Amino acid sequence: MTEVISNTQQPAKGPVVVSIPTKAHYPPGDLAIWVFILAELLAFGVFFAAYAITRTNHLALFNEMQLNLDRRSGAINTGLLITASWCVARAVAAIKENNASTSARWLGAGILAGLGFIVIKLVEYHDKLALGINLASNIFYMFYLSLTFFHFMHVLLGLAILGIVWLKTRRGGYSAQEHSGMETGASYWHMVDLVWVILFPLVYVIHSPTGL
Amino acid sequence: MQYRSQAVAKYYFTAAIALFVAQILFGLIMGLQYVVGDFLFPAIPFNVARMVHTNALIVWLLMGFMGAAYYLVPEEAETELFSPKLALGTFWVFLAAAALTVLGYLMVPYAGLAKMTGNDLLPTMGREFLEQPLPTKLGIVVVALVFLFNISMTILKGRKTAISLVLLMGLWGLAIFFLFSFYNPDNIVKDKYYWWWTVHLWVEGVWELILGAILAFVLIKVTGVDREVIEKWLYVIITLTLITGIIGTGHHYYWIGTPEYWQWWGSIFSALEPIPFFVMTLFAFNMVNRRRREHPNKAATLWALGTGVMAFLGAGVWGFLHTLSPVNYYTHGTQITAAHGHLAFFGAYVMVVLTMISYAMPLIRGRAANSNRAQVMEMWGFWLMTISIVFITLFLTAAGILHVWLQRMSAHPLSFMDTQAQTVLFYWLREISGLVFLGGLVAYIWSFFCKDEPAQA
Repeated sequence: MTEVISNTQQPAKGPVVVSIPTKAHYPPGDLAIWVFILAELLAFGVFFAAYAITRTNHLALFNEMQLNLDRRSGAINTGLLITASWCVARAVAAIKENNASTSARWLGAGILAGLGFIVIKLVEYHDKLALGINLASNIFYMFYLSLTFFHFMHVLLGLAILGIVWLKTRRGGYSAQEHSGMETGASYWHMVDLVWVILFPLVYVIHSPTGL
Repeated sequence: MQYRSQAVAKYYFTAAIALFVAQILFGLIMGLQYVVGDFLFPAIPFNVARMVHTNALIVWLLMGFMGAAYYLVPEEAETELFSPKLALGTFWVFLAAAALTVLGYLMVPYAGLAKMTGNDLLPTMGREFLEQPLPTKLGIVVVALVFLFNISMTILKGRKTAISLVLLMGLWGLAIFFLFSFYNPDNIVKDKYYWWWTVHLWVEGVWELILGAILAFVLIKVTGVDREVIEKWLYVIITLTLITGIIGTGHHYYWIGTPEYWQWWGSIFSALEPIPFFVMTLFAFNMVNRRRREHPNKAATLWALGTGVMAFLGAGVWGFLHTLSPVNYYTHGTQITAAHGHLAFFGAYVMVVLTMISYAMPLIRGRAANSNRAQVMEMWGFWLMTISIVFITLFLTAAGILHVWLQRMSAHPLSFMDTQAQTVLFYWLREISGLVFLGGLVAYIWSFFCKDEPAQA
């Protein structure tokens, strides 16, 4: 009881210096980003569930329309996002060894891969819009455009976050002792990647006549 | 109070509470008219009572937001207000405009009021919540611009904090989205479509930024938790709020002539709108649990925690109840909407304004906190109003469910008026709850006049 009270009665003024042991710190990054990530995953989860339920009700339409999607560019984009995540993971590993310049290079490579995703996605959207496809075309395209565009916006946000982390890394803002900000950005980026890894097979690939 | 110019907030808070009383009295009048149809007819017809009830609410909340901003911004910016005189001047203009508008509603038939006030020049009247005559609407714009100028200049010349910037973003958004009240296309689908850009994007968009900023400010003050921690959570909350709230506008676009995809976008994103409110509740309790000081103003802390919980219940849970399009198909235009409206407005916006008043008024009146006796009286007000609004919500929800059942699910559906006759009991219970609410409001106001006595152990 006394211990609890003494813990809460820290001096109210001045910054509280807390040393965070790198290995024991879990989840990585700021707790707030994990609340945010969970909310994001919930949003995509609801979207995926709605897609799945609607697909069982419009199986023929979904199977037919799915064949019109550009699976090759989707596959390349999957590779790009996974590569980007790998680069970001390498960047975090490098900063843990106090190697800021290597870390910044890995981040830069990750950002390039992410930008590659954006370019390919834009080409894909351009092709679809040129065919006159829009949200009101049919329920499959409604989901295709909504889901991929919602994810697209997350890639943009993730890239913006990585860009800020990259700049700060180049300026020497992170070190082996203090890189919580980088881990926060990396965690968010991995979420963007994870969602695509589910989205791509779900919308582009999984194809069955029975609906299961 | 650290800056003299903060005292201007007192005018806004006082007027806000006066209009709050008017709002509740007219609410009781129309609540009685639900069951005694010709009560006060023809002096105060139902539509007029309703207009005063809703418009008074909006105006007193705006007064509360402005007062909160005039108190909060100098303290955050660490400088006196850019122009206290301007703040006082716009107060009197705003109050006069509000009083004249209410008198216009009460004394002139609405169609006549429209003719008198130049609605022919630019037709904007006759739409729910935006009933104000053209001169009032223009007055609101002028007052808002002068207010924003004053607040923005204060922030520009002083310290910029996340709280004041989020507040400023919310207040600018409030003014910008109000401009859609001047856009009144002939096409009724477009009319409704853009009407929601004011109504929805206020309460489920920019107002939530104002709410978050005020709550964060009071929590920093009463808990002494590090600003960095509180601001971080504020960012998470407003991001979630904006994403879910803006796209969630789609839950008003189900069957009004808009494309079908809104049923999906509206359902999915508005179903997620409770999340930022839930985070806000966790945030409030977490900060109070981690407090580093015991602030003598217990009542303000109670209001802050109450805001978190009741906003989550009213805006979050009661909103979710009827937000999915297949559910809304049955519940649209029933008392379930009214139930949500009551608990959401009270839980989110009434309570956050009262939180700010509770925190700031004692300081403006020259003390850290009110006497123990005054705080106890204020807490009576808190509990009576909170519990009675919960009962109002439950009774209206019951009336709504019965309405859906009798008129829309039954094998032998009743007409609208026949369903209303079946729900009379709930309307009586709602009216009784409303009287208890008035009692709570009286206790609340009484707390301002409690004679100061030394706090007793």
